[in-house]
Amino acid sequence: MGILDKHKLIETNATLLLILSFLVVTIGGLVQIVPLFYLENTIEEVDGMRPYTPLELAGRDVYLREGCYVCHSQMIRPMRDEVERYGHYSLAAESMYDHPFQWGSKRTGPDLARVGGRYSDDWHVDHLRDPQSVVPESVMPKYGYLEAKLLKGEHIGDLMATNAFVGVPYTSEMIEAAKQDFRAQADPDSDFDGLLERYGEAVNVRNFDGQPGVSEADALIAYLQMLGTLVDFSTFTPDASR
Amino acid sequence: MSKKDDDLDYETTGHEWDGIKEYNKPLPRWWLWTFYACIVWGVLYSIAYPAWPGIKEATPGLLGFSTRAQVAEDIARFEDANAGINAQLASVELTEIAQDADLNQYAQNAGGAVFRTWCAQCHGSGAAGAKGYPNLLDDDWLWGGDIEAIHTTIAHGIRNEEDADARWSEMPAFGDMLAEEEISQVVNYVMSLSGEPQDASMVAAGETVFLDNCAACHMDDGTGDRWQGAPNLTDAIWLYGGDYATLTETVTYSRFGVMPPWTDRLSEAEIRAVATYVHGLGGGEAPVE
Repeated sequence: MGILDKHKLIETNATLLLILSFLVVTIGGLVQIVPLFYLENTIEEVDGMRPYTPLELAGRDVYLREGCYVCHSQMIRPMRDEVERYGHYSLAAESMYDHPFQWGSKRTGPDLARVGGRYSDDWHVDHLRDPQSVVPESVMPKYGYLEAKLLKGEHIGDLMATNAFVGVPYTSEMIEAAKQDFRAQADPDSDFDGLLERYGEAVNVRNFDGQPGVSEADALIAYLQMLGTLVDFSTFTPDASR
Repeated sequence: MSKKDDDLDYETTGHEWDGIKEYNKPLPRWWLWTFYACIVWGVLYSIAYPAWPGIKEATPGLLGFSTRAQVAEDIARFEDANAGINAQLASVELTEIAQDADLNQYAQNAGGAVFRTWCAQCHGSGAAGAKGYPNLLDDDWLWGGDIEAIHTTIAHGIRNEEDADARWSEMPAFGDMLAEEEISQVVNYVMSLSGEPQDASMVAAGETVFLDNCAACHMDDGTGDRWQGAPNLTDAIWLYGGDYATLTETVTYSRFGVMPPWTDRLSEAEIRAVATYVHGLGGGEAPVE
């Protein structure tokens, strides 16, 4: 009896068909997905990556809540036109502490993967309030209300603990100091030495929105101003064979 | 497997369920062969390009293709094509760029592309600026409008913390130093400098306040000082606005416009190109001897 004749057995037995279909899909999935977790040429160690500071993490939450990812991607593809426009193409490691990552798939607005340091804080404030005041051709909505909503950072430690649970290397010291670091980063007159010690000297400590208190705009701008700035491409050359 | 059914003129597959027979209707031959060809192509493709996972890494493919190598090659191709003229642009005296017709044309075009990519978000795609972001088309310059000054501004930026050579000055917030009455007087005086008619007694009082507090940077006659980026207050060109309310806000809280440095993001040739472009927009000044 040829193998094709046995096909009748599967065609006439729905449960067997289901089990075998599941098996085929499982094998396909395993072959495609599992190697990505261990292959040396898919995992790249990159210097400079650090977890988000509490304020940046809160800003990232605002970014997610407002659906910024619907119009803005955070992935510079390895193509000449993109590299010329946005800067060095994104590395997978640059999203290693993102849960979930913000690569996106649609660009109504520009890519934001390397927006950090590209504009002044004032520009971000003006632009969030009224995007058309600085970019007349923009179709972005206004986000001025972010300035009015003050954050206390009550839940930021919990958010960091959750991130730590899924693999972001927040230490217990970082989580304990979360609220204090959260406030310190938006207040240049505060004692922010601990913040710099925990997250590195390059952390931006400024009053991002220029107004008293820590607002959602402070958090969002702190997040935007660090995007893509962690890896120093003057000293790091990615492996060209990938 | 297939057999002729006696009752029908059609060939059937021989399958029969509850008296229902299945016709044998094979796929068109062209479709079938295309399907087989795709399978063969898929196998060859996975040999030629990176594909199969192994123990430590995936097979690199016989053609040695990688996206990163390709983008590096693409970028290098354009860099090589422009290497000569970029080297020339980066090495000549800034004031000589305009003298060389070819170099000037290249710098203008390349600079325009750089401007639209990196500068337009603040200064506008037509370089007309916006409130708080200077218009680059007019003759009014805060830090100087000759090519050297423009180049310095672009390379190092203004009032940023990233670049130690950034242009820096800071207007005090006079709300802490002057009485409300004095601020009102000096605002009246400043408005009168550009010919807006004001209450004469307020203007006279404001002049005293101005000379005591503002003239060190904005000069006695209010024409400003480019060494400190202190704006000319007599030309009726305003960065934030020249009405009473806006000027009161400016004097009370001061302003602190920031421009990022570009030395880390752009090459020297690109900075010189965009400086040439901005200089050529209409307000460019001749070099200071």
